[in-house]
Amino acid sequence: MSTVMKKVDAVIVGFGWTGAIMAKELTEAGLNVVALERGPMQDTYPDGNYPQVIDELTYSVRKKLFQDVSKETVTIRHSVNDVALPNRQLGAFLPGNGVGGAGLHWSGVHFRVDPIELRMRSHYEERYGKNFIPKDMTIQDFGVSYEELEPFFDYAEKVFGTSGQAWTVNGQRVGEGKGGNPYAPDRSDHFPLVSQKNTYSAQLFQKAANEVGYKPYNLPSANTSGPYTNPYGAQMGPCNFCGFCSGYVCYMYSKASPNVNILPALKPLPNFELRPNAHVIRVNLDSTKTKATGVTYIDALGREIEQQADLVILGAFQFHNVRLMLLSGIGKPYDPKTGEGVVGKNFAYQNMGTIKAYFDKDVHTNNFIGAGGNGVAIDDFNADNFDHGPHGFVGGSPMWVNQAGSRPIAGTSNPPGTPAWGSAWKRATADYYTHQVSMDAHGAHQSYRGNYLDLDPVYRDAYGQPLLRMTFDWQENDIKMNRFMMEKMGKIAEAMNPKAIARIGKQVGDHFNTSSYQTTHLNGGAIMGTNPKTSALNRYLQSWDVHNVFVPGASAFPQGLGYNPTGLVAALTYWSARAIREQYLKNPGPLVQA
Amino acid sequence: MSEQDNPRREFLRKTLTLIPVVTVASTGLGGSVLMATPDAQAAPVAAPPVAASGPAYEPTYFTAEEWAFVNAAVARLIPADEQGPGALEAGVPEYIDRQMNTPYASGALWFMQGPFNADAAPEMGWQSKLVPKQIYRLGIAATEELCKKAYNSTFAGLDSATRDEVLKQLEAGTPKFDSVPAKMFFSFLLQNTKEGFFCDPIHGGNKGMIGWTMIGFPGARADFMDWVERNEQYPFPAVSIRGERA
Repeated sequence: MSTVMKKVDAVIVGFGWTGAIMAKELTEAGLNVVALERGPMQDTYPDGNYPQVIDELTYSVRKKLFQDVSKETVTIRHSVNDVALPNRQLGAFLPGNGVGGAGLHWSGVHFRVDPIELRMRSHYEERYGKNFIPKDMTIQDFGVSYEELEPFFDYAEKVFGTSGQAWTVNGQRVGEGKGGNPYAPDRSDHFPLVSQKNTYSAQLFQKAANEVGYKPYNLPSANTSGPYTNPYGAQMGPCNFCGFCSGYVCYMYSKASPNVNILPALKPLPNFELRPNAHVIRVNLDSTKTKATGVTYIDALGREIEQQADLVILGAFQFHNVRLMLLSGIGKPYDPKTGEGVVGKNFAYQNMGTIKAYFDKDVHTNNFIGAGGNGVAIDDFNADNFDHGPHGFVGGSPMWVNQAGSRPIAGTSNPPGTPAWGSAWKRATADYYTHQVSMDAHGAHQSYRGNYLDLDPVYRDAYGQPLLRMTFDWQENDIKMNRFMMEKMGKIAEAMNPKAIARIGKQVGDHFNTSSYQTTHLNGGAIMGTNPKTSALNRYLQSWDVHNVFVPGASAFPQGLGYNPTGLVAALTYWSARAIREQYLKNPGPLVQA
Repeated sequence: MSEQDNPRREFLRKTLTLIPVVTVASTGLGGSVLMATPDAQAAPVAAPPVAASGPAYEPTYFTAEEWAFVNAAVARLIPADEQGPGALEAGVPEYIDRQMNTPYASGALWFMQGPFNADAAPEMGWQSKLVPKQIYRLGIAATEELCKKAYNSTFAGLDSATRDEVLKQLEAGTPKFDSVPAKMFFSFLLQNTKEGFFCDPIHGGNKGMIGWTMIGFPGARADFMDWVERNEQYPFPAVSIRGERA
């Protein structure tokens, strides 16, 4: 029997970026809000204490801040013909755990979105014709436009304290020659802070990109270039490029996180409670299955607790949101055979390519210096900024040097052909550790009929519930795009005139490798859209089927973006919160009629 | 370039007997210590080097025989050479032994529910039911048996070139051990050796920060505000979490 807690207005599952934003917005609207976080309490103190946090082995190598896969993981298979196997050690992606979620250990690259990627199918059909999109590619429109989201991008940047350089503000060109991105959409305001400094690696990339004829710009970064106080009164100090960013708690209060930028404003509120160590196992529905009554969770002592609420926000990591919907019976599960059903559909990722250039000892890239969000990028091959017609693939890719800090255990790399040990390894590691530039093509990834999420029939978590199963592999379009991007980025690397180059891209026949880190940018599975037959959520992130359940997060993306997802995740969450505050609370029910 | 063609290795085999461990000395651990490294020709590695400041580390997980193997193996994976001191001098064996008593080594950080499919393709990631503690125990025993059959010697009793030969076989997965895949054993041995060479000294390795000094990593300084934009060598030596300076 569950213990039943006093009913609240809203319960939020997960306290990362989306949970924190929703908690702030809903408490501002006067609601009583409880946030349930399955991991422990975490904050700058004590989890980011200097110098204890400057410990590569404990944090990034032994994965201190990431999801505890001893209790729950996902299973993965490449196709419906394979048996899925558990992801026993985290590898390809690193979801968070505890208060702050992945927002505590992320890097801080803070983009908006290229407007065409919000209407991906319509745009490609209009420009290239319906037959250009491969038959099994299931890309869709988000159902919301850049213009509608612009005020929320702007507000999120102010909350995060983002550093960057606008290209245009209200149509006025302001960013030429200053590191602005000529491909960026118009903005209603400048970034709250000027761009971060450029590392020497980023300067080399900028120079080479200019030589090749591209248009380099400064990455927008949620690492502060100066002191900052956000609209919630949260204070940040300037980032000192300590190099312990991605995978670490920022000891400098410089990397935006739910913990630094939002939690301080929530803590004093009488109508807010954050309950860590509360692992939600399902959303409870009433007998009509069209309304949620709250959630059930397991507390730190293993007791089952029921928290009733009028409004349920699923604000967990992408695949946890999808799993909770499947476990709770919210929305029709997707079936890849028929293409029907919506929950689990359009699971997509990021299509990465990496090139490393190695230099002589007169080029000091000092790779231990770094900040997670800083760098120089080009958008010449992102989104639809070039004619895809002759190339026969869908999708684009920004390319950049984003020197976030390379540490010696996992961050050393040597020219191709260097032995992995012995004196030759030792010599090369000493020769190249501080003399190399790593650049990425951070490619968009499209959705396909065969890439989807459902519940695993074999493996269970520590609480006896089925694990989520990923069915996922690279498709022909992905390999084609990756090879194209690697060739373009190779020209930039060659223009740097290095001693040696390593190219890490995809080859025909390559399968998804679950063990090598790519990104944590997983998308889809509970996607937003305009039609309940093809999307799980409406354009306000509200479940089509259970109207008092809202599901913010990258789970709502119908396909992956060229840019990093967090900026769009935050903007969509503010957009959804606005709809809840201004429309839903006055008249609870579907915000869009099916 | 194959190891056989490596003129530096030949040079080392013939000439290298003593290396001044300058970086260790500069930590104040032991003023003018000259640390002996094994003569490559004659040189069974029986015991780890003794730190000047205290008694030798006593392993708590590895047996005496296993300890001799670990010392002899890491001394080849990151050898002391003209580049400077290696894994032995950095305390890598101590690091690995201490790791054996952490949740990592008993697989407690991993999802270890069956069924297991140990023959899964490499891109499916870790699928073995073995954990690091077992992998070391089984891998060392199997390698010792191989050395006994092939050379009638313990691994530590082999000269450096032969030890390298055995390690290369493990790396390539050539020996077909029943108890543990040779490649898997080797990959843990190499990964943990590099961890012990480059971790913060609080974990028992990287003594005197010799790993960091070798590559120019400044450790826990973690403040580079004034160095971000410069094409210059960073001038300050490494510091550790405990405040030691290299």
